[in-house]
Amino acid sequence: MNDVILSRIAEALTWTGRYVERADATGRILDAYLHRMLEDPWRDEDAACRSLYAILGVDAGAEPVDMQQVLDQLAFDARSTGSIEGALGAARLNARSAREAVSSEMWECLNSTWHALADQRLAARRTGPYAYLELVRRRAALFFGLADSTMSRDDSWRFVILGRSLERVDMTVRLLSVRVLDAAHAPDWPTLLSASGADEAYARVYGGFGDTPRVAEFLLLDRDFPRSVLHALTTAEECLTALGRPRQDPARRPIGRLRTRLEYLDSQALEEQLPVLLRDLQQACMTSADAVAERFFPYQGAVEWAQEGA
Amino acid sequence: MADIFDAYALADAWDEMFVRPGEVRTAYEPVLAALQPIAPSELRFKADQMARSFTDRGVTYAFAGEERPWPLDLVPRILDALEWDLIQRGVGQRVRALEAYLADAYGPCCAFEDGVVPWRLLLNSPHFHRVAHGIEPPGGVRIHVAGIDLVRDEAGDFRVLEDNVRVPSGVSYVIENRRAMTRIFPSLFAEQHVLPVDGYGHRLLAALRAAAPDGTADPRVVVLTPGPNNAAYFEHALLARLMGVQLVEGHDLLCRNNRVWMRTTRGEVPVHVVYRRLDDDFLDPLHFRPDSVIGCPGIMNAAMAGNVTLANAVGNGIADDKLLYTYVPDLIRYYLSEEPVLPNVESYRPDEPGQLEAVLDQIEQLVVKPVDGAGGQGIVIGPKADPDTLERTRKAVIADPRGFIAQRPVALSTSPTLAGEGMAPRHIDLRPFAVHDGNDVWVLPGGLTRVALQEGNLIVNSSQGGGSKDTWVLAEGPAERPASVGSGDLPEVAPRQLGPDGTTTVVQEGAQQ
Repeated sequence: MNDVILSRIAEALTWTGRYVERADATGRILDAYLHRMLEDPWRDEDAACRSLYAILGVDAGAEPVDMQQVLDQLAFDARSTGSIEGALGAARLNARSAREAVSSEMWECLNSTWHALADQRLAARRTGPYAYLELVRRRAALFFGLADSTMSRDDSWRFVILGRSLERVDMTVRLLSVRVLDAAHAPDWPTLLSASGADEAYARVYGGFGDTPRVAEFLLLDRDFPRSVLHALTTAEECLTALGRPRQDPARRPIGRLRTRLEYLDSQALEEQLPVLLRDLQQACMTSADAVAERFFPYQGAVEWAQEGA
Repeated sequence: MADIFDAYALADAWDEMFVRPGEVRTAYEPVLAALQPIAPSELRFKADQMARSFTDRGVTYAFAGEERPWPLDLVPRILDALEWDLIQRGVGQRVRALEAYLADAYGPCCAFEDGVVPWRLLLNSPHFHRVAHGIEPPGGVRIHVAGIDLVRDEAGDFRVLEDNVRVPSGVSYVIENRRAMTRIFPSLFAEQHVLPVDGYGHRLLAALRAAAPDGTADPRVVVLTPGPNNAAYFEHALLARLMGVQLVEGHDLLCRNNRVWMRTTRGEVPVHVVYRRLDDDFLDPLHFRPDSVIGCPGIMNAAMAGNVTLANAVGNGIADDKLLYTYVPDLIRYYLSEEPVLPNVESYRPDEPGQLEAVLDQIEQLVVKPVDGAGGQGIVIGPKADPDTLERTRKAVIADPRGFIAQRPVALSTSPTLAGEGMAPRHIDLRPFAVHDGNDVWVLPGGLTRVALQEGNLIVNSSQGGGSKDTWVLAEGPAERPASVGSGDLPEVAPRQLGPDGTTTVVQEGAQQ
């Protein structure tokens, strides 16, 4: 009976997946950065904050930046979907507008998370942001866990997972970009790995020795680690394949092309190719997301009024 | 408003934070300034929160059969750059001398021939293992990890209390303490330059890989644990996780043809380095205790054949015997031709002519320790002991002079510690951890500061109800930072795609008639 899905619902589901993933990734990045800043006796707070802003595509302005300002802007600012609170708020509203497509447990998870944030924000002023950021990570994990265990593997589910995968590629590429393009202000390797939730997984593969090619190789090319770019691209491609047109899919093409390029990349040559590769990845994600929107959510087109009668 | 330091009265010992009442030491100024305005209830809140997070993450220890959160006090212990330089040099020197002693004792025995140490010290040590004789470990390293216990005496001088070169434990708490403190007191760290402790896993793995048998291209390292019932299991698991290596129990390993393998889903996989966290006696039932099944039969033969490296080496117990301790300053002069950087606590050796009498004469003023006691067990503190205990101790020492040493009691330094509603001085010690990779002895900045939570108590072991403190080593200054490369310009990263915020508004075009 439910073999079709409204464009509006598809869009809401995609963005719910994206926003929850964004909150999760932002929480991880902030936690890793703040922790590093506290533990690093040679820290330069302003430079570290600027590199954080650069990762997240925020203009830092000319004034010196400190950690509190970073938190206010990237965690607590409910007006911007680039912050944790804004992203979770938007995810909640999107899920509410797709109430019949997401399970009740998923909706309740987002709703209770939204309400719990206020208390944790106050507590963060008292004891630091750790508990707040941890709450965000846990609830994001709960949300996707519920999506996994309470949604049928139908198109609705695919849109949620597609959104999560595209956002995941975007965030990982952002992290790597700053490291690769700007070594002076960039996070060190342990910070980068923990910001991607990858520190323990990486240690199991490489035994904890980090250098540019290895960490980049892991975060880009590892087939098994779910937050790697290759893994996320593969998942996104699988969703798009299942969602539709087998040939000439403008949403799938850029993703598939990059996925193949990564699959066959010579890891020896990875380091020199990184700057170009990262730019191409970012571009592919945006192109694909636009194509998804154009194909599946075309209702933004001009409203047509048909007059009947005269 | 009363502050938490109001009732703080200095004890009869060196105080880490205060020179005299009201006069704070320079290194502690920011900490005092940050703690002083905090209300006792707020501190209690933070302490409870910390305990809960330790319980949640399984950072617990067994006390009287109960699983308790790791006791971390909120006031850090601070070492300035000068103090740390001394400790680091002293610990490194001690480890190098003990390495030389082990190589000598399990080899040519020069120090005994030359009369620096008596033969009987070796021959009647319960930790001397003949099976270890003649094993030449890769890189000559027998002490891969050491924990050297230090105390600070009444004059503020650091002294070595004992050496641990068998299976020193506690480093996981150094790492967890720091993690907890940065979360509970982010503002405190923001004003200090504290050397990080998160490099331990990498250093340890590098040292263990360097210790692999010669010719191993890609050595496989494992951590060997007695299992989840061991009090230090949390630490074993953390170390394995930090290094990304397998945590194995004895029955996960098997030996064949003098090689060690582990049983995996992909069949038997060779193992080259075993960072073992169980005592010699339990390691191999073929050589040591036949009644124990927690070890791995045959592992000693594999080690003797040079096919597997055991870290730390078997037989290291002869170097951290408390009687050997009294000779370490001589060993430093003998092997390294250096003067000891860190002095010992003045000690007596009852098994030497004349010293037994001296000990017996003043036993009520001395601390008497069994030479192989662990975890503070069996220690008798003369000035605090009742006559019965003293009499029993006297008899025990007469019966087995080799089994004890006696020391001048040291009033360990005190540090302000949260007790009830305010701060009170409590005795502390320090266990820095050293990792030896064959070239270099690296000392983890800081170490485990243990604190005796009972007023006046001098024994700080957690098995006796002790607590701990985060130990901060202050960096000398921002100038030291390793030079980084790169331009000052931040890269262009694409703006983010934004979706609907869920409150779709319908824009009407044209008007309906």
